[in-house]
Amino acid sequence: MSKTLYDKIWDDHLVHEDNDGTALLYVDRHLVHEVTSPQAFEGLRIQGRKVRKPKLTLAVPDHNVPTTDRSKGISDKQSKIQVDTLRNNCKEFGINLFDVNDKRQGIVHIIGPEQGFTQPGTVIVCGDSHTATHGAFGSLAFGIGTSEVEHVLATQTLIQKKSKNFRVNVNGSLPAGVTSKDVILKIIGTIGTAGGTGYVIEFAGEVIRNLSVEQRMTICNMTIEAGARAGLIAPDDKTIEYFKDRPMSPKGENWTKAVAHWKKLFSDSDAKFDKEVNIDAKDIEPLVTWGTSPQDVSPITGEVPDPEKEKDKDRRTAMYRSLEYMGLKPKMKISDIKVDKIFIGSCTNGRIEDLRLAAKLLKGKKIASDVSAMVVPGSGLVKKQAEEEGIDKVFKNAGFEWREPGCSMCLGMNEDQLSSKERCASTSNRNFEGRQGRGGRTHLVSPGMAVAAAIKGYLADVREIN
Amino acid sequence: MEKFIKLKSIPAHIPLMNIDTDMIIPKQFLKTIKRTGLGKSLFYEMRYDESGKLIEKFILNNDPYSKSKILLAGKNFGCGSSREHAPWALLDFGIRCVISPSFADIFYNNCFNNGILPIIIDDKSIQELSEYSKRKEEIEVDLNEQEILYGNKKLTFDIEPAKKKRLLEGLDNIGLSLKKIPNIEKFENSMNKTKPWI
Repeated sequence: MSKTLYDKIWDDHLVHEDNDGTALLYVDRHLVHEVTSPQAFEGLRIQGRKVRKPKLTLAVPDHNVPTTDRSKGISDKQSKIQVDTLRNNCKEFGINLFDVNDKRQGIVHIIGPEQGFTQPGTVIVCGDSHTATHGAFGSLAFGIGTSEVEHVLATQTLIQKKSKNFRVNVNGSLPAGVTSKDVILKIIGTIGTAGGTGYVIEFAGEVIRNLSVEQRMTICNMTIEAGARAGLIAPDDKTIEYFKDRPMSPKGENWTKAVAHWKKLFSDSDAKFDKEVNIDAKDIEPLVTWGTSPQDVSPITGEVPDPEKEKDKDRRTAMYRSLEYMGLKPKMKISDIKVDKIFIGSCTNGRIEDLRLAAKLLKGKKIASDVSAMVVPGSGLVKKQAEEEGIDKVFKNAGFEWREPGCSMCLGMNEDQLSSKERCASTSNRNFEGRQGRGGRTHLVSPGMAVAAAIKGYLADVREIN
Repeated sequence: MEKFIKLKSIPAHIPLMNIDTDMIIPKQFLKTIKRTGLGKSLFYEMRYDESGKLIEKFILNNDPYSKSKILLAGKNFGCGSSREHAPWALLDFGIRCVISPSFADIFYNNCFNNGILPIIIDDKSIQELSEYSKRKEEIEVDLNEQEILYGNKKLTFDIEPAKKKRLLEGLDNIGLSLKKIPNIEKFENSMNKTKPWI
């Protein structure tokens, strides 16, 4: 019988299935960070349970860590306790940890692939919704709650119900200035923030095939913003090339065997999808969000929408609330929105290709005088690579701050936050109320668009830079 | 985990769609290493102003809703992050049942690991229950019968049998899965042969 990629990975990890379809799924890779794991380890301790396969788990502190000089440790008391707790738990349960000052430390979804810990065809979980990122490599990857983290630690499995199959085809070729961030914002804007609920989305089509693996990560990363359980992209030669010689990639004979397996990971040509959406790349412009849901997107050339034109009453109420929170008026031009801060980073857009693209646009220019801007590389290795290429100097010369790796202002758990009513063009993934700081106003954009906003001091069109 | 069988309460209605986990419990409260104590910070930014004073017009700041065990909300409740701090905060506040036209996937699953019953019913029924909220009258949720009783009326809801059983019996998932260790070992042995690189 023909199968989708999701069907294949699912069937390949089925440990047990009840009559009602409740399945016990094997977990090949488990990523752990400091915020959603302490209660899970505590649960194991209380019940006298062990970690079943410590080698299949990798831990890193990322959400809470300062992005400024770390040589003196973490000054925030509670953050320090969480990071210390992670360290102690990893020691007690025998789990590999990249600690705060390890050069490999970084955002959990960036270091997984970077190390080759992430691999095609695997089931990957983490107590973080952006685990969907790893789907870019053809792994079934999704976020779980802390009770489930405890379940995975104790059993190396997870209780799951199978989702339905959804395919999004992005056809044609991307216009100039349009990146994978715009593609996923367009998809979320099209299907809505709950459009993927109950599904696993496979992204396919010419545009997806032509993207680099890092660009694909941006797409899968934000699948959760469309409500889907996971996002998937079939691995190809680019994927295989990416994993060659990574520290934790298969070696020697195992590499050959793994590659043979990875090549079988695609949806059969006659596989059935429960839902399918087609998007034409020529309809995608550089996008920004204007509201407090990732589905609130507008082309940079557009206007803030008028809630009065919305027919659905609940949606209209939500739009009014968003506009009030964001301090915007209906029908104002998007390019008239003035920004205070720029944030380039996060598991969505904190990789070397993102920084290269931004630096290329920024070279020789300065940020607007009334804007403050920061770059937070996704990992210590991304930072090192960027510094070797002189990218840090481009940012610093332009007036950006060059920081240490972590989640930073994407969720503002550390000191990197917006003040009330401060407006930010951010390459992160969520524009929820209070996400980047109480009262803070977030506009989600691509790295190129963040640079354009930094230079102009307003939300601006990346196509007009240079 | 505490069993969920029947629950009676005056429901509190927050008529907003897409209530995300950042709204339910903002990031500054995720620094805890405990599961308890989050109730006072539930819906923090809607409940307290910037100086930390209670915002009077927010429903959960008013009696009898400050004691509600049942929450009515707009669609796509719990979207956003996977933080289990969201159901922990609801539970710590005293809410054991959330009724919405739809839920985000991770939040929905997290509820069942904490003895919280998420009920999916249509918009119209939410509006009807909302009337009881306004009148400050109790409604009753009966999980075994899959019914919501209000006034002299009732409506029924669907729930997966396995999830229902877990709540009714307050079962520990990990304990149940550990009984399947022979299946897990068999799977691992076979995987070691077919996918030795894992």
